[in-house]
Amino acid sequence: MNVIIDGWALTQRNLLRLRHEPGTLLTIMLMPTVFVVLFGFVFGSAIGIPGSSNYREYMMPGMFVLGAGTALSSAMVDVAMDQARGVMDRLRSLPTNRVSVPLGQSGAEGIIGAYGLVVLMVYGLIVGWRPHNGIGQTLAGIGLLLLFRYTLAWVGTYLGLAIRSASTAANLAPLTLPLTMVSNAFVPTDGMPFWLRTICEWNPLSALATATRSLFGNPGAPGPDAAWPLTHPVAASLLWAGLLLAIFVPLSARRFARAGL
Amino acid sequence: MEESIIYTKALRKQYGDVVALTGLDLAIPPNLVYGLLGPNGAGKSTTVRILSTLTRPSGGQAVVGGFDVAREPGEVRKVIGLAGQDATLDDKLTARENLRIFGRLSRLGSRRARRRAEELLERFGLAHAGNRLAGTYSGGMRRRLDLIASLLRAPAVLFLDEPTTGLDVRSRMEIWDTVRELVADGTTVLLTSQYLEEVDQLASAVGVIDHGQLIAEGSPAQLKSRIGSHIDVVVESTDHLLNAMAVLERLTGHRPEVDGSHIAVAAVDPVPSLPQIVRELDASGAVIRDVGIREPSLDDVFLSLTGKTVDPAKPVEAPAAVA
Ligand SMILES: Nc1ncnc2c1ncn2[C@@H]1O[C@H](COP(=O)(O)OP(=O)(O)O)[C@@H](O)[C@H]1O
Ligand SMILES: [Mg+2]
Repeated sequence: MNVIIDGWALTQRNLLRLRHEPGTLLTIMLMPTVFVVLFGFVFGSAIGIPGSSNYREYMMPGMFVLGAGTALSSAMVDVAMDQARGVMDRLRSLPTNRVSVPLGQSGAEGIIGAYGLVVLMVYGLIVGWRPHNGIGQTLAGIGLLLLFRYTLAWVGTYLGLAIRSASTAANLAPLTLPLTMVSNAFVPTDGMPFWLRTICEWNPLSALATATRSLFGNPGAPGPDAAWPLTHPVAASLLWAGLLLAIFVPLSARRFARAGL
Repeated sequence: MEESIIYTKALRKQYGDVVALTGLDLAIPPNLVYGLLGPNGAGKSTTVRILSTLTRPSGGQAVVGGFDVAREPGEVRKVIGLAGQDATLDDKLTARENLRIFGRLSRLGSRRARRRAEELLERFGLAHAGNRLAGTYSGGMRRRLDLIASLLRAPAVLFLDEPTTGLDVRSRMEIWDTVRELVADGTTVLLTSQYLEEVDQLASAVGVIDHGQLIAEGSPAQLKSRIGSHIDVVVESTDHLLNAMAVLERLTGHRPEVDGSHIAVAAVDPVPSLPQIVRELDASGAVIRDVGIREPSLDDVFLSLTGKTVDPAKPVEAPAAVA
């Protein structure tokens, strides 16, 4: 019970920050705007999707995945900054459960992520993307995206705790972008060289993008020769999320408990 | 050890090749301010970090409020408060929000957290600035806010790691007043400092730490009387030197040193009072331009205890998250 109370108090801490820096909310909207234009219209005119004439229908789920991916870098930078400023020391000197600080961080990321996803979906509707499979599957897709964002926030929290240095974390943050790009989020994997295709198809974010597409009824279902995660995308996404949480929740708690040693 | 609220035995801490604590023995009774005095790099922060469960000792034992810091850190955290060298609040939240969140985390319940925060803000003169972002606070205000945050739960033991280092005189005085109030409440305070004056003002017992070891312990008065003070006299002209020197030697029992028209003499026990010095000099016919008693500094403490001054060559290390 205390874990929940503490976790919620820490979630509020992260959300309160946003209230004083509404600019952050604008920044959260800015990147998707640039990307939707860049991919949807600039690159999109040159990318062909087998079995579909509408690249933007294919692209938007990739964009949602990219949005979920930002949780990793933002949690990493936030946590590293807390460490550098000594806020973590104060938290660690309190009788809080060791898991509640990472819990608050990821909780806030989850909530901010819901807002980011709403913004992206509105953009999607504007540029012609639609969910086609009815309310149930659409909600399932949204739930899956939020679950993944939450999971990636745990990974980022662990990295932030491990890195400690705020500037190193800030320098590493942009690297998470190519990480989400080496997947089928924006281009199908069919035409890739075998080694790259293998990497991309086993990238957890590819499973997520494929699952999102199938739940929303958007084009781009991979062929039967694709790797297992892409032919069973929803199951694979859930497995990936479960696996990552099973690894990074205890790891973050342990790292938090020992951060000052 | 029974009556000690903070107790350490052969406490050791090693960071790679650096030995920060070489075997620290402390036995601090409850309800007083204990001053841990030492130069930069002596091991003060390391001691505080171990006692507040932020860092694990490499060897030895440490007990706070009856709980072993290594075996029962959770219990230790319930009885301590910590205000460090750096302010440790969220710059992007207002003072009130910070206190509300940290109050919740201290298991106060939201109503009580709010009430306690208001009470402390009022008491420490920050109520008017409570809705400002902590990041906009001056150095002194931040330290006070930090102190308030560590007091939310009325801890039995409060650790203050160099609470006034880097502050201006006024802010320093305000922190001192705060600490005095705390002891009146019955809190045990472990205060670290680089200033002899500070521990003299606040602490009733002092430990001098150097290279991770306790090298002296006692009351501030004992420590000071061991080291003594300096009397400085400037005579009007060198004609008056001999008279003045004779008076000073008679009063202190020490041989004065002369530099031009400036006379300095050590005064250990007893230290004559300023009016007495002036009267006697006057009676001797020496015309003086200036006279003063200089209190001993940390440098003097070290000179007297170790025969050397605080090592100026020592790097002033400050790993951001640690020092
Ligand atoms: N995290 C750390 N890693 C390596 N060395 C450290 C670390 N923390 C402290 N030290 C070293 O331990 C010694 C004692 O440091 P510290 O306890 O911070 O001294 P003080 O607080 O008295 O200035 C110093 O030599 C310092 O360089
Ligand atoms: Mg220090």
